[in-house]
Amino acid sequence: MANYDVLNGNRAAAVAALLCRPDVIAAYPITPQTPVVEYLMQFAADGLLTSALCEVESELSAMSVLTGATLAGARSFTATSSQGLALMYEPYFRASTLRLPIVMAIVNREMISPQSVWGGQQDALTLRDAGWLQLYVEDNQEILDTIIQAFRLAEHPEVLLPVNICYDGFYLSHMAERVAIPSQEEVDTFLGVRQPSPVVLDTRHPIAVDPLTTGEYVMEYRHKQVQATRKALQVVQELNSSFAQSFGRDYGGCSESYRMEDAEYALVTIGSMTGAAREAVDLQRQLGQKVGLVKVRLLRPFPVQEVSQALAYLQGYAVIDRSVSFGRDSGILFQEVAAAMYTLGKYVPAQSYIGGLGGEDITVPMLQQVLAEIAAKPPEPTARWLQQEVD
Amino acid sequence: MKYRTAYPAPLGAAGLHIINTGDWRTLRPLLNKEKCLACGLCFLYCPVGSVQAEDGYRIDYSYCKGCGICARECPGQCITMVPEGGKDG
Repeated sequence: MANYDVLNGNRAAAVAALLCRPDVIAAYPITPQTPVVEYLMQFAADGLLTSALCEVESELSAMSVLTGATLAGARSFTATSSQGLALMYEPYFRASTLRLPIVMAIVNREMISPQSVWGGQQDALTLRDAGWLQLYVEDNQEILDTIIQAFRLAEHPEVLLPVNICYDGFYLSHMAERVAIPSQEEVDTFLGVRQPSPVVLDTRHPIAVDPLTTGEYVMEYRHKQVQATRKALQVVQELNSSFAQSFGRDYGGCSESYRMEDAEYALVTIGSMTGAAREAVDLQRQLGQKVGLVKVRLLRPFPVQEVSQALAYLQGYAVIDRSVSFGRDSGILFQEVAAAMYTLGKYVPAQSYIGGLGGEDITVPMLQQVLAEIAAKPPEPTARWLQQEVD
Repeated sequence: MKYRTAYPAPLGAAGLHIINTGDWRTLRPLLNKEKCLACGLCFLYCPVGSVQAEDGYRIDYSYCKGCGICARECPGQCITMVPEGGKDG
C-alpha cells in the first residue's frame, strides 16, 4: 500500500532512487541538487540504502565512476545541476555512446554567467543532442514516479541508454507537496528481474572497451543508437501504461494534452510551469476562449508525431521556454516543436516565448496574456519575452 | 543500414572491430636482449601496453605504432628504432 508524505522534489528523487535499489551511487553536491546527495547519505547511514556510495571529488569523477560501475553490470544512479552537468560533459557523452543504462536526475538550474543558483532549463536542454533520453516533469509525484520508470526504460534490452529525469530547481527541488510513496514490494514487482547487459566487465573474460574505431563502424554504432533511441518512444508509452495500471497514475507517456479537444489556441509547456499553464487555460476557458495545452514530457527522443498531431488543428500556439537558443532567437523547445510541425505539411502559426530564466516566475496572468496575444496578433520570427511588471 | 558487427556499442571481445595501430608503424623498436638489464622502464613507459613482461621483456608488435618512447627511456640504450621495410623489418 502506498504511504503518503509531504516531500520536496529532491527528497522525492532520493526516495525513488532508494526504492529502485541501485548497486552504485556516485554524486557530487551542487545547488539545487545537494539535498538529493544528503538524503541518500542519510539513508545509507540509517541502514536503509545498501548501495555502494562513492564519494567523488567532482561531477566528472561521478560520471566516470558510474561508467565503470555500469560496465561491470551495476544499476547506478546520480544527480546533478548546471555547472556540475557541464563538468561531466565528456563522460556524459560517452555514457550514451557506450549504451550504459545510467539514471541521472538533473535538477535544472541556470547556466553561469551571471552567477545564479536558481532555476532554468538551459543546463539539460543544451545537452539534448548528447544521446541521453531526457524526461521533464511537472511535480514531485512525477519526479518519484518517473525515476522508477526510468530504470526500466534505461535497462530495456532494446534501449540500453542512459536517462535524465529533469526537474526545475527550487520550484520542485525545494518545494514540498503531498507525494504517494509506493511500497518496496510494489516497486520490486514493477521493476522485475533485470536482464543483464549483453557485455559486462569480467576479469575472467577480458574485453575491449571503446577501442580506436574507424568511421564505417562509428556510423554503424550511431545508427544502432538512433534505432534504440527511437525504440524508447514506444517503451516510454508502454511503461507509462504499465505504471498507470500498477499505481493508478498516468502521465500521458511522451506528452500530455490538457483540454485540447476543441481548442483553437494552445500553450506548449515543459516542466513545472505546466501547473501555472493549466490554471491559465482554465481561466481563459471561463472567459470563453477555446484553449488547451500540450505538456512535453519526453524531449529525447522527441515525440514528433504525437506533438504535431496534438497541435495540427489549432489556429495558433505558443511554446513557453525556460531556456534560450542563442543565435536562433527562440527558446530551445520552440525549435523542437516547430520542426515537428513542419512534418505535417501545413502551417500552424507559432510563437516562441522565453521566460522564467534564473528562477523568475512564469505566472498565471503572464500565460493568460500569452493566450490572448496569440489569438490577437500574428506571430513574429523572434521570441517574445515574459517579463514581470517593471516599476 | 547494413551492419558489420553484432555489438551494439564498442564493447566486446571476439569479433569487435579494433584498428591494429601496428599497421601504421614506420619505425620498429628492436630490443637487444643481451644488453637488456630487465629494469622494466620500457614496460612502464609504453603508452599502449606493447611491451610484455615475459621472459624478461619482449616487444609485441601487433599494436606497437613505433612511437619510440621505449628506446628513448631505456637507460642502457638497448632498444634501437629501425625503419620498417628495411632488412630487419
